[in-house]
Amino acid sequence: MSDYYNKLADSLRNRFAGKFDECFVSVGELNLVVKKENLIEVCTALRDEAEFHFEEMIDLCGVDYSEYGDWDGERFAVVYQLLSIKNNHRLRVRVFAEGEPPQVTSVTDVWNGANWFEREAFDLYGIIFDGHPDLRRILTDYGFVGHPFRKDFPLCGNVEMRYDADKKRVIYQPVSIETRVNTPRIVRDDHRYADRMTEEDSSNA
Amino acid sequence: MPEIRNYTLNFGPQHPAAHGVLRLVLELDGEVVQRADPHVGLLHRGTEKLAEYKPFNQSIPYMDRLDYVSMMCNEHGYVLALEKLLGVEVPERAQYIRVMFDEITRILNHLMWLGTHALDVGAMTMFLYCFREREDLMDMYEAVSGARMHAAYYRPGGVYRDLPDHMPRFKKSKYINDSKVALLNENREGSLLDFIDDFTDRFPTYVDEYETLLTDNRIWKQRTVDIAVVSPERALQLGFTGPMLRGSGIEWDLRKKQPYEVYDKMDFDIPVGVNGDCYDRYLVRIEEFRQSNKIIKQCSKWLRENPGIVMLDDHKLTPPSRENMKGDMESLIHHFKLFTEGYSLPKGEAYAAIEHPKGEFGVYLVTDGSNRPYRLKIRAPGFAHISAMDEMTSGHMLSDVVAVIGTMDVVFGEIDR
Repeated sequence: MSDYYNKLADSLRNRFAGKFDECFVSVGELNLVVKKENLIEVCTALRDEAEFHFEEMIDLCGVDYSEYGDWDGERFAVVYQLLSIKNNHRLRVRVFAEGEPPQVTSVTDVWNGANWFEREAFDLYGIIFDGHPDLRRILTDYGFVGHPFRKDFPLCGNVEMRYDADKKRVIYQPVSIETRVNTPRIVRDDHRYADRMTEEDSSNA
Repeated sequence: MPEIRNYTLNFGPQHPAAHGVLRLVLELDGEVVQRADPHVGLLHRGTEKLAEYKPFNQSIPYMDRLDYVSMMCNEHGYVLALEKLLGVEVPERAQYIRVMFDEITRILNHLMWLGTHALDVGAMTMFLYCFREREDLMDMYEAVSGARMHAAYYRPGGVYRDLPDHMPRFKKSKYINDSKVALLNENREGSLLDFIDDFTDRFPTYVDEYETLLTDNRIWKQRTVDIAVVSPERALQLGFTGPMLRGSGIEWDLRKKQPYEVYDKMDFDIPVGVNGDCYDRYLVRIEEFRQSNKIIKQCSKWLRENPGIVMLDDHKLTPPSRENMKGDMESLIHHFKLFTEGYSLPKGEAYAAIEHPKGEFGVYLVTDGSNRPYRLKIRAPGFAHISAMDEMTSGHMLSDVVAVIGTMDVVFGEIDR
């Protein structure tokens, strides 16, 4: 399978020369990092051209890289998982969003199913999708403040809700619990996966 | 001339036909739906965010609670993503057990769907029939994992324990006498596999019963034929997967096209619809009952003949046996480290997808080399399906809305995550 994707990676490199930043295969999956300004053009070509034919967008999600190791790129990325039913292959497209609020062009015209997935990424990460027909919050409460999946949003939230007997209605108040770390984040720098990593590097070169 | 305006109707979130907590804002012209605006997220728990603060293994029980009618399939998707990044190969017996329980789960899920869908459309009997069979399947879950629903049975590196040699049995009480107990325990005398075989022998006749009640039923056909027709082109555009896509006539099943575990060794067919309406999707799922039953039979046969290990022997990833822990220092350390710190995955990302009863269930995992996921994204099939609600209902009558909700097989545990 990896050979197949290496070949597909080559044809992607030839077809979209200058329009992408990176194109690589890892754990048997093909990744393409597209430049933000070429997103719609590349996506339309990926959908329509017979060699790629990604007629279905399976998933779209935001990622916040602000605490990712020694990351120095853009903070937010949007990741698209594409599937071709006709050719039976998959592709992961990634585009980095610039600015605050981060902005990316909407792909709802290329794949209509992206509509709700983009609303979700907007809700959870605050990524603005230009040209989206109906960019409302979707998963969080009506009147929610903030974007909960950002790394600087605390796990226990900022507000909590309770019924106030005096006011006879439900009120919001600042959270009364403290955030605590149950399991610390630990990176083991042993060489358990070292062989596999060098193998992949050499096959991508 | 009096002024005629569209009527806005609020449907749910507490409505028996909403299958949980769906709030639908419907714009009606008389009885015809002009626009449907589903409001989801009333069951949002932030599973993906919670998982970012836990070692990998502790998130497996969260997966059960996503789509709470097909528990083990959710676990399977998550565990596959972990195994892909770890680069481990699961023992063959564990793969067969996983496939068998995936198919048991598929029947479990489709029974729930059939019962509630028929109930919404007006056939009360179906609900009772389906829940009768679900009881047996839940007993299989309980026998193997100890829990009737939230099993946490699949683990990276295999499954948690081997199939038990005997089934739990009913005992005499002041409510059930000896002859009743004997009747209830009739098929529970042997092992779990005996119980499963007994079920798979009985199940095709049950499916025939469902079909007798529904397939040629005039009312059932009036309520489902030509309702919410989705063309194959639109189904792809809208991101449909699973029976929703196959109902529209596209032959696509990950078990066949991108086989995982031992599905490539199984003999089964993919049912495909023709018209893409609610009735075709019903027929597709009914046929999946029969195909799943066939797969369970094949797995059960193989599992009888091939005993072996069900979990990898790599104690950086799987717990050592209790017995070893009593006398072996190394095992004790492994156990302690595994259940406190967990294990680290290599830095990278992976997307693993399985053919969930509802469609493609995918898990996208980004890791930074630590013992916790950096980002976990769950691709729930129902999320894409319910986003097509507006397109599928507009132009139909108000009463068809419940038929459409039913045909989509939505469960809010996975949509709201």
